[in-house]
Amino acid sequence: MRSDPADYELIAPGKLQTVVQLLAEEPGKWLPIAGGTDIMVQYSAGKLPARKLVSIWNLPELRTVEISPNEITIGAACTYTQLREHNIIASEFPMLASAARWTGGIANQNRGTLGGNIVNASPAADSLPALLAYEAELILVSIRGERRVPYLGFHTGYKKMNLAPDELIRAIGLRRQFSGYLHYARKVGARNAQAISKVCVAALGRLRRHNGLDALGNMIEDVRIAVGSVAPIPIRLTDVERTVAGKSIEPELVQLARKAAAAAIQPIDDIRSTARYRAAVTGNFVAEFLQQLREQGKTA
Amino acid sequence: MTVPMSVASERRGKCELAFVVNGRRENIRVYPMERLLDVLRHELNLTGAKEGCGEGECGSCSILMNGELVNSCLVPALQAADAEITTIEGLAAESQLSALQSAFLECGGAQCGICTPGMILGARHLLNKNPEPNADEIREALSGNLCRCTGYAQIVEAVAQAARHRSSE
Repeated sequence: MRSDPADYELIAPGKLQTVVQLLAEEPGKWLPIAGGTDIMVQYSAGKLPARKLVSIWNLPELRTVEISPNEITIGAACTYTQLREHNIIASEFPMLASAARWTGGIANQNRGTLGGNIVNASPAADSLPALLAYEAELILVSIRGERRVPYLGFHTGYKKMNLAPDELIRAIGLRRQFSGYLHYARKVGARNAQAISKVCVAALGRLRRHNGLDALGNMIEDVRIAVGSVAPIPIRLTDVERTVAGKSIEPELVQLARKAAAAAIQPIDDIRSTARYRAAVTGNFVAEFLQQLREQGKTA
Repeated sequence: MTVPMSVASERRGKCELAFVVNGRRENIRVYPMERLLDVLRHELNLTGAKEGCGEGECGSCSILMNGELVNSCLVPALQAADAEITTIEGLAAESQLSALQSAFLECGGAQCGICTPGMILGARHLLNKNPEPNADEIREALSGNLCRCTGYAQIVEAVAQAARHRSSE
C-alpha cells in the first residue's frame, strides 16, 4: 500500500544547527532525509516507520569537501556525482570515486549521498568497503558537540550502528596517505549499471620499496582488504591481511589467501546471489588483487 | 512536558510550494511529502514524466531539477521549493521540436514512448555537461533509463546525432 502524504510531516529548516536542535528536542522522532534515494523508496512502498522528516538536502555545511594538507573531509550530504567529479577524490581515493560511479544511474548519483549510504547501512552498499580500506573517520554532530569515530566499528550488526538518536553524520574524514598504494576496487552485479552488488571489494596494498635487485621487493608491506555483500555489514578481511602481510607474493600464498577469504565471510543465499557464488567471487577478487600487486612490484 | 496534540499536528498539512516549471512560476499548495512526480502530473497536468517502477530504478520519471537529472518519484515536493524544473513539455519551443526530440523521431529512438521523456531529459543532461559524448559515454549517461522496446541502439544514435547537429550549428 502506498503511503498517504497527509500522514507525514516534512520540514526544511535550512540550517544544520536547527536540524541538530530538532533531533535533540525529540530524539528518535525525526528522520533526516537528504536525496531520498532510499527513504523515498520505503515511503512509496508504505514501509517508512518514521512520520516526521527533516530535510538536510542542500545544507551548505553538509555539501562541501574540505581539503587540508593531511586530510580531506567530505560533507555527509555530498552526492555521488560530487565524489565522482572531485579531482582529489578521483586521484587519491579512486576506490571511492569508482564506488560512486557504480551506484545507481546518473539520476541516483545526483541525489544519493555518502552519509546516506552509511546510515542506510545496507550490507551491499558500494561505498562502504572503500571507507573501510581507507580507514575513514566519521565526524558526528549533535547539540552536545562533535565527536570523531573510526568508521571501522561504526556498524555493529545488520542495520545497527553507533549513532545516538540525537546525532547526525556531519562529515567523513580521509587521511591523504595512500600514494604508492595499489587501489583495487571491483564489483560484481547482475549487470554493469543500476545493479546492487553480489560482491564488492576495495583493497589497498603496498610492496616494500625496491633497492636494486633486492629479493624482498616483492614483499607486502601494508595491506587492507574490505568486502561488501558477504556479511551483515561490510567487513575488513583481517585474517587474510595477517596471512599475507610481510610475505612475498607467490602462487602458494595467493591460494592460501583465497581460502582464508572464503573462511572469513558469512555470505547468504538471497534474491541477488548465492552464498557459494559469493564465496567463490570473494576468493577470486583477493587472488586478483594480490596478482595485480605483484605485477605492480615488477614494473615499479 | 508533553506537547499538546493541537501544536503537534499544526505542522502537518499542506504547505506553499513556489517553484519554476518550464520557465513558468508556479505557486501551489501541496503536502510536503508528496512526490514531485505526482505534483507535476496531478497538480500541474504535466503528464510527460511517467511512473514506471516508483523506486528510482527505471528513469521514466526523470526530470531536470536545477539542471540536475533526478528521478521525480524520489523527490519530496518540499525539496523542490524555489527550484527550476524542466520536464519534457519544456523542451519544444511552441511547435518546434528540440534537436534531441527530432533526432529521437528520425532515428527510431521512441517506440512505445513510455521511457522517451525520461530518456530525452537524461540525454539533455548529458549534452549540457558533455556536448560531444562518445557512444560509451552516452550509454553510461542513460544507464539509469530503461527501455524495453528499442534495444537502445537507436537511442544512442539519436543522442549522437543531436550532438553532431548541435556542434555543427
